[in-house]
Amino acid sequence: MNADGTRGGGSTLAAVDPGQARTRVGLRAVLGQWFHGEHGVAPIVVGLAFVWVVLAVIQPDFLSAENLVNLTLQSVPVGVIALGVVLVLLVGQIDLSVGSVSGLAAAIVAVGTVTAGWPFVLAVAVALACGMAVGLVYGILSSRLGLPSFVITLAGLLFLAGLQLRVLGPLGSINLPFESWFVRSIQQGFLDPAVAWALVVLWVLAYLAMQVWGRERRRRADLACAPWSQVVLRTGALAAVLGAAVGYLSTARGVGYSVVLFVVLVIVADVALRRTRWGRSVRAVGSDRRAALLSGVAVHRTVVSSFVACSTLAALGGVLAAGRLGAANQGTGGADTYLTAIAAAVIGGTSLFGGRGSAWSALLGVLVIQSVANGLTLLDLDQATRYMVTGAVLLGAIVVDMLVRRRRQEA
Amino acid sequence: MTEPIEPGATPPRASGAPVVSLRGVSKHFGGVRALVDVDVDIHEHEVLAVVGDNGAGKSTLAGVLAGAHRPDAGQVLVDGSPVVLDSPAAARALGIATVFQELALVDDLDVVENLFLGHEVGSGVFLDEVEMERRTWQVLDQLAASVPSVREPVRALSGGQRQVIAVARALLGSPRVVVLDEPTASLGVRQTAEVLNLITRLRGRGHAVVLVSHQAGDLQAVADRILVLRLGRVHGTYTGETSYEDLLAAMTGAVLPGSGGR
Ligand SMILES: Nc1ncnc2c1ncn2[C@@H]1O[C@H](COP(=O)(O)OP(=O)(O)OP(=O)(O)O)[C@@H](O)[C@H]1O
Ligand SMILES: [Mg+2]
Repeated sequence: MNADGTRGGGSTLAAVDPGQARTRVGLRAVLGQWFHGEHGVAPIVVGLAFVWVVLAVIQPDFLSAENLVNLTLQSVPVGVIALGVVLVLLVGQIDLSVGSVSGLAAAIVAVGTVTAGWPFVLAVAVALACGMAVGLVYGILSSRLGLPSFVITLAGLLFLAGLQLRVLGPLGSINLPFESWFVRSIQQGFLDPAVAWALVVLWVLAYLAMQVWGRERRRRADLACAPWSQVVLRTGALAAVLGAAVGYLSTARGVGYSVVLFVVLVIVADVALRRTRWGRSVRAVGSDRRAALLSGVAVHRTVVSSFVACSTLAALGGVLAAGRLGAANQGTGGADTYLTAIAAAVIGGTSLFGGRGSAWSALLGVLVIQSVANGLTLLDLDQATRYMVTGAVLLGAIVVDMLVRRRRQEA
Repeated sequence: MTEPIEPGATPPRASGAPVVSLRGVSKHFGGVRALVDVDVDIHEHEVLAVVGDNGAGKSTLAGVLAGAHRPDAGQVLVDGSPVVLDSPAAARALGIATVFQELALVDDLDVVENLFLGHEVGSGVFLDEVEMERRTWQVLDQLAASVPSVREPVRALSGGQRQVIAVARALLGSPRVVVLDEPTASLGVRQTAEVLNLITRLRGRGHAVVLVSHQAGDLQAVADRILVLRLGRVHGTYTGETSYEDLLAAMTGAVLPGSGGR
């Protein structure tokens, strides 16, 4: 899902002597890049397709448009949290407290708007600010004092879970007013099909324009250019995926506002990771902290910013979860939330060891996990089975990742 | 003919005031005294070679210049005024670029990303990949480097290719002082020749080069002055023509500093 054609494993880029034409082969290069490139998303897409086929065979209802609309809505809160997890994993750290942060944020929004009567926007701002502050503390403890993030965030998990209970107070559960615009837009807000199609067209055109522009710049600089077939192929693939998704979802309720928000966040994170100094620093620090330091990367700042981004996204995920549920309670963000979010990031192809991964892994990973959960619920299977199957999928994903990585190293 | 030049004495080919000077620099690692009261002057238009046994403190000296190690005592002067090299970025900003012995390349990043890491080219918040890739090919061509692809993670490159990449990175942005810690250790004949050729050209363009090396050939080819380190102390500075046997004797302590060689 590269946003343009200017980068990425041109494994066939053959240039040794100056002046020699720096060209690469078409289709095979694209496929090779999808499967083995740094952002190789193909294994996970294949995995997702596999999960869907299996579920559809057992329970045809799974693929109904209505159910898939549900699936997208269910995926958003954890997906946003997983996106934050991707950022800390990339920088070579971990945050175990994302669930507690999201629960605390949900509690703050509920108590703020319902009990204290704050305007909604203020309550959300306070919740996000709390997330930011938590990330700042983690970042400073981790990068300045060199404490392992595993332990700091474990302490944070407990502390913030306690804080969440304290904020919620003796009731333990607060309902958000059902008719508030926030709850309504999360639960019942869907893009008008015309708007959805307009966004799809806009996205595809922007993607195409960026590729053509990037290609033209490379041609002028006398660098290897992706062949036109590759540009067409990629744009066609994007158009097909988006068109199919929007077309099918629109036969039911359509694309939820919160889903749009999530996808936009993923795109922003993807661009930030691949196209900005910050993103490059994140990957460098996560891959080899000492080498990054010796290269002049501001390591402390990079680590702190990743923690801050992660906790803020976790808080946002909590706010969205409260909106979806129409309430905040002691269970919000509890139990398996953080495990699901971390598993989603890893299943989506982000390495637990830092440096490798992409923002899209949050989206793809959470789709896999929520598909399993959703499918098993349709089958009337209990929580126990759900956990076991998700565990197996996680293990499978890591094994695949290992195999792909080993092949890549041998190659 | 192998008259050692006393530290502090005017070196034969150096012109003008030193760009970078170390004054009484010491560095300890726990109980290990890696550098003891080291005085060095680094001049433009000059290649200063640093030799010594394993563990003599050569890389530590390079690290002090690179901003990777903070000295425990002593001063670093740039153009005569004291500076604090507390980070590689600070050293780089003062025009000192370093190729570390362990190369300090990030395995998961590709060649272009590694070359520009820490000082990326971009407009606004966005990076300019095309410009960076163009300049990458430029500097790689200059070094006659052959890499299969500049868009492949550097983990896939051979030891020699990685070394060329590290040298190329130091040369970007033409720093005033280039510190090379054993840059030819794993290079083939052709790449070694290119690197030495490049060092000569750098000197010709007025850069100061600090070259840590074990290779007698390197020293004979390019060194103007040779600084001998032994157990963290400076054991004399010799002219570039000094024979390798004499240097070896100085490194191992068979010749006392100032005794005038044999
Ligand atoms: N980071 C460190 N921590 C502890 N001791 C160190 C460290 N770096 C260097 N030393 C010690 O300082 C001394 C000098 O090391 P240095 O790396 O400068 O030697 P060198 O001259 O570069 O050797 P070589 O030829 O093997 O590269 C050695 O005794 C080494 O053990
Ligand atoms: Mg060394």
